[in-house]
Amino acid sequence: MKKTVRVRYFAMLREQRGLDEERVATEAATAGELYEELRKRHRFTLPADRLRVAINDDFGSWATAVRDGDALVFLPPVAGG
Amino acid sequence: MDFKLTDKPIDGAALMAGLRDTRAGACVAFEGRVRGESGGRAVTALDYEAYAPLAEKEGERILSEAREKFGVTGAVCAHRTGSLALGETAVWVAVAAGHRDAAFKACRYIIDETKARVPIWKREHYADGATEWVSCATRAGTAGGGAGGGKNAG
Repeated sequence: MKKTVRVRYFAMLREQRGLDEERVATEAATAGELYEELRKRHRFTLPADRLRVAINDDFGSWATAVRDGDALVFLPPVAGG
Repeated sequence: MDFKLTDKPIDGAALMAGLRDTRAGACVAFEGRVRGESGGRAVTALDYEAYAPLAEKEGERILSEAREKFGVTGAVCAHRTGSLALGETAVWVAVAAGHRDAAFKACRYIIDETKARVPIWKREHYADGATEWVSCATRAGTAGGGAGGGKNAG
């Protein structure tokens, strides 16, 4: 089923995508499927096992179902401090 | 909010003053500064970028965990965003507790967990003109190295 989600990008992913955020129409069932779809489309260099995912401003898992209207962020390896 | 992101210089003394409490006999602070060297390369500047809503949420969780684990009377953390020059304060943690042991342990816990869990990213600018997102390298031998693998500052 087609749904539309909002994806925000930070750090390396923001630079590789060339955008801060976008709306994406997708048939991906899970957050993991959505990342793979975007990784192939935009040639992101980071594999999913190096990332975490946030859904609606909290940590989620790759198996979390994607629903219409969700806001997702794929988090590159963090490096604060 | 005791965990703060800011694009302005961090005023550590003001954060410490907010921890005054007559139950607290110890106050420990940690200041992380921008270092001019990283993995053998000369660094000229750093940029920090944060996913603010989740960074603040996760930062508050870490402070709550520290209060619960170590029984401290107060704990604060401030982290910079934006462009920083060498020597500038990137992160500041301060903890007040009844005695020094809890204060030292809680301070260490907060900085370690912040580096490993809070969605903040760091880009190093090198003297040769190159830039790199720390911990994001994908070629073998250049990776920053997992949790807490941030190379510069704190």
